[in-house]
Amino acid sequence: MTGTVHDSASGLYQVIAKELPWSLDIVVEIAQGIIMKSGLLEEKRTIIKRWINLTVDTYPSESGSFLRNQKDQFANPVGAAIAQGAEALFDWVTGDSKEYSPLVVRRLDDIVRIRAVQQFSPSNAVAFVFLLKNSIREVVSKKFSKDSGHFGELLEIESRIDSLALTAFDMYMKCREKLFEMRAMEIRNRTSRILERACNKYGAPHEW
Amino acid sequence: MELHDLPKPKDLMNIDLNRPPETGWMDSRAQFKEGTYSYPAAGKNLKALGMPNPRQWSPTDDDWKLPENWREIILQGMKERLEKYRSFRLFMDICVRCGACADKCHFFIGSGDPKNMPVLRAELIRSVYRNDFTLVGKMLGRLGGGRELTLDVLKEWFYYFFQCTECRRCSVFCPYGIDTAEVTMIGRELLNLVGLNINWVMEPVANCFRTGNHLGIPPHGLVDMWQFMVDDIEDITGVKVNLPINKKGAEILFVTPSGDYFADPGTYTCMGYLMLFHELGLDYTWSTYASEGGNFGLFTSHEMIKRLNAKIYAEAKRLGVKWILGGECGHMWRVMHQYMETMNGPADFLEEPVSPITGTKFENSKQTKMVHITEFTSDLIKNGKLKLDPSRNDKYVATFHDSCNPARAAGLLEEPRYVIRNVTNNFYEMPENTIREQTYCCGGGAGLGNDENIDMRMRGAFPRASALRHVRDKHNVNHLLCMCAIDRATLTALTEYWAPEVSVGGIHELVANALIMEGENERALDLRGEPFVDVEEDE
Repeated sequence: MTGTVHDSASGLYQVIAKELPWSLDIVVEIAQGIIMKSGLLEEKRTIIKRWINLTVDTYPSESGSFLRNQKDQFANPVGAAIAQGAEALFDWVTGDSKEYSPLVVRRLDDIVRIRAVQQFSPSNAVAFVFLLKNSIREVVSKKFSKDSGHFGELLEIESRIDSLALTAFDMYMKCREKLFEMRAMEIRNRTSRILERACNKYGAPHEW
Repeated sequence: MELHDLPKPKDLMNIDLNRPPETGWMDSRAQFKEGTYSYPAAGKNLKALGMPNPRQWSPTDDDWKLPENWREIILQGMKERLEKYRSFRLFMDICVRCGACADKCHFFIGSGDPKNMPVLRAELIRSVYRNDFTLVGKMLGRLGGGRELTLDVLKEWFYYFFQCTECRRCSVFCPYGIDTAEVTMIGRELLNLVGLNINWVMEPVANCFRTGNHLGIPPHGLVDMWQFMVDDIEDITGVKVNLPINKKGAEILFVTPSGDYFADPGTYTCMGYLMLFHELGLDYTWSTYASEGGNFGLFTSHEMIKRLNAKIYAEAKRLGVKWILGGECGHMWRVMHQYMETMNGPADFLEEPVSPITGTKFENSKQTKMVHITEFTSDLIKNGKLKLDPSRNDKYVATFHDSCNPARAAGLLEEPRYVIRNVTNNFYEMPENTIREQTYCCGGGAGLGNDENIDMRMRGAFPRASALRHVRDKHNVNHLLCMCAIDRATLTALTEYWAPEVSVGGIHELVANALIMEGENERALDLRGEPFVDVEEDE
């Protein structure tokens, strides 16, 4: 059914384009971009669900059903972060904005911050972003015929996913650096108060 | 370019997501990843306590330098404990694996590691119990859920029993009342028999045994610390508060965790006690011997709980006090409430606690003769004995983290809230399934709050943090209150990582901020030496 929508819409655009004085190629290009995106948006729920499932599959299988099915965000904060993140990040990837909104930053950071302390290697911790490609490709290969010429758009979307992944890597590093800093601070704080008190009483070390 | 020219998604996505091995749980080995385990106990601490197998070793080594007959030692230890503790045998037998506890552990929720499900964590030991102590297990082996005690199983015990904070959230949900914390306690006792323990537990235990407190502070060091606090209070309020130490014949002995003597923000809570008691003119005393309310024996063995706890009644007897008042501590209250009287009582030389200020009898403490500070303070407020100005805490929008043990082991749910509501104007609760009996652990209790275990702590902290972030976003909460010294240390790391805008503090810090003292100067600073009102806000 979705294939029919696409075909008829494409035909309609070509008809309109013929009536307009602009270059047909440009119009078709714009139209195809819209079609590609609108096609993905139609399948938004499927793509997001698949992406969430692929991400949850990076956890041990015994934990999967809990992460997927417990909907209370306070009983299952990891599952909630993945689900809320998937939605916001999908919207950004299929949108036009080159900037990240505070919401997108927050949602991406939520997932990365969690995975930065879990059992994953660094690459696995951020690889969930790339799993969106898998999810989109599965839908695209079903929805669009192979010669429909949408690869420009697909690549554009994939590039947006790539930049999201690089941002995720930056966030991951910030989280790790924060953890090391916290460790160092904890060790320092264990004795700093005692030293401060000692210095107050006996003077600074160079005065001893 | 066409779609079929592109590499297949799977090829392009050639990232090894390295799913954990899909072998059954019985066969997957523990992976000791840096950041997820605690360093082993130093030999000197085990020697100081006369505990077995002191040595240098690391969990990442292949050879853990165990005694040759380690297997016999553990199985013999299990046999003795199955005979001695009926609860242990019951917990081994009655679990029907209904799964009610499975998703209630903060470590499971934050990590997604199935062996952090309380049922499976207990199953690590239960499988060995079946194999060696039940007829079905002996006959059917694996088919009957039995598992042989191998070196890998022992290593797994060490990994996972030191990934349980004994917070007992799971037991709230168990229809049979199985207390998984007690399974962990026995698991750790058994590990101790062959010298498998962590330094963050054993060093405080050794220090406590030697000097009476976790940090190993000798009496004159304690006096110095308290004196510093008295000086700080005078700088801030203009009032020089009393500091009674080891005072024979005092009415009340005050015992609190030593973590609050040195480490901010616990020190502010400790200053709060000094101010409150001074203002009341309370006849009380600090002790340089019973200088620690905390008891890391709880994370070691039953025998060690008793050894370390004994000093409190002994000191109360020596000083001749009437009853004991206890400060804001977490696991200390599990020990006081559920073990102290059985282990070191009866405290028949003490009197039933009565507040000398209000005359209120603390009948709930008839047995132990020990009263919690929020019971004491809420009674003072209820009877109008304190002059309070809650607006001095107006820069705080506070929420309250129920510390696991006061909430679940001692039922202290309303008293702290009553005090908080009377000393602040802005207080919001976190979501209902994350507070009171269902409170989430800070992720650093039971000796796990060390720096090397930081990744695991942050996993365990996430459920609490997620609820905290919710009230931060919804009500602009900027201060997390708690009444436990471990909380004050570990929640500081939790907020640093998960919600950096939120500060952490104890309840009696806010009580002392709000407390209008006789003879005080025109106060402008809180106990942290900061203005009562944020300057930017004022402008």
